[in-house]
Amino acid sequence: MNKNLPINPSFTPKNALDQAAQVGHEPSREPRHGAADERQLLARLRQGDDRAYEEFVRAHGDALLAVARRFLRNEDDARDALQDAFLAAFKALHNFEGGSKLSTWLHRIVVNACLMKMRSSRRRRESSTDSLLPTFLPDGHRADVGPGWAATADELLSDGETQAMVRAKLDELPDDFRTVLWLRDIEELDTAATAAALEISEAAVKTRLHRARQALRTLLEREFSR
Amino acid sequence: MNKYITCDQLITDFLHDYVATTLSPEKAFEFERHLGVCPPCKRYLKNYRETIVMAKTVGSTPRTLERVPDDLVRAILKTRRSGG
Repeated sequence: MNKNLPINPSFTPKNALDQAAQVGHEPSREPRHGAADERQLLARLRQGDDRAYEEFVRAHGDALLAVARRFLRNEDDARDALQDAFLAAFKALHNFEGGSKLSTWLHRIVVNACLMKMRSSRRRRESSTDSLLPTFLPDGHRADVGPGWAATADELLSDGETQAMVRAKLDELPDDFRTVLWLRDIEELDTAATAAALEISEAAVKTRLHRARQALRTLLEREFSR
Repeated sequence: MNKYITCDQLITDFLHDYVATTLSPEKAFEFERHLGVCPPCKRYLKNYRETIVMAKTVGSTPRTLERVPDDLVRAILKTRRSGG
């Protein structure tokens, strides 16, 4: 566990993740407590009440660990990211002004911790998506027209096994591509915010996102056309 | 009337921006004109959109609904107390 990760909850990479907090697009991040309870808990935390810290971790830990597990493929990495996130949150609690919901603020911190973890790991950085992209003939026509699939996403995802398969295919993407797809299509950051978070150009975000979607589409087509 | 754009141009150059609705009206017109005569590209676009929806749906659903393990809670609290 690297205790020195530069995670500062009030400063995500170039404030890239602020947008997620402002958008508040994920209803599941609703706090479990009412606003008054949350204020009381915050007051106790700021006074250094040990029991309040445990309540805080238990109240938000399940949801945040689930986020880390979705983001990181490795359980140890997910646990490390959660720990890093809470420690960063503890240090920044005095700065939390209630402008966003506590749960949204914590979500942003744990996503940031996951990004830091991924940067320090980079296990699949060298992988490529080239073999999963469509190929074309010299005249511009597709060289490899696949069967595609007819069912809608809703129809396909009504089956739990298919959900697990799609999740597994997402995990097969190389990290550089998976991360961009994650931030853009799942966290719904915009291109500029994603570029800032990953410290790459907006053009690179668009290219990687397009490749990631195409690669995932190919992986799914192979499964759905069996 | 201009020549039709190719499948390569449609998928490689235009598709991302078309889905993001950032393609210029002129290019969007060419994109849709191609789709009108190319069922494979039409199917590719449909499946590309479905892929985005599936990633969003699956990615937003927790892998597991487990409680945060007690040993992890203890580790976090211990590290806090030790000033970590």
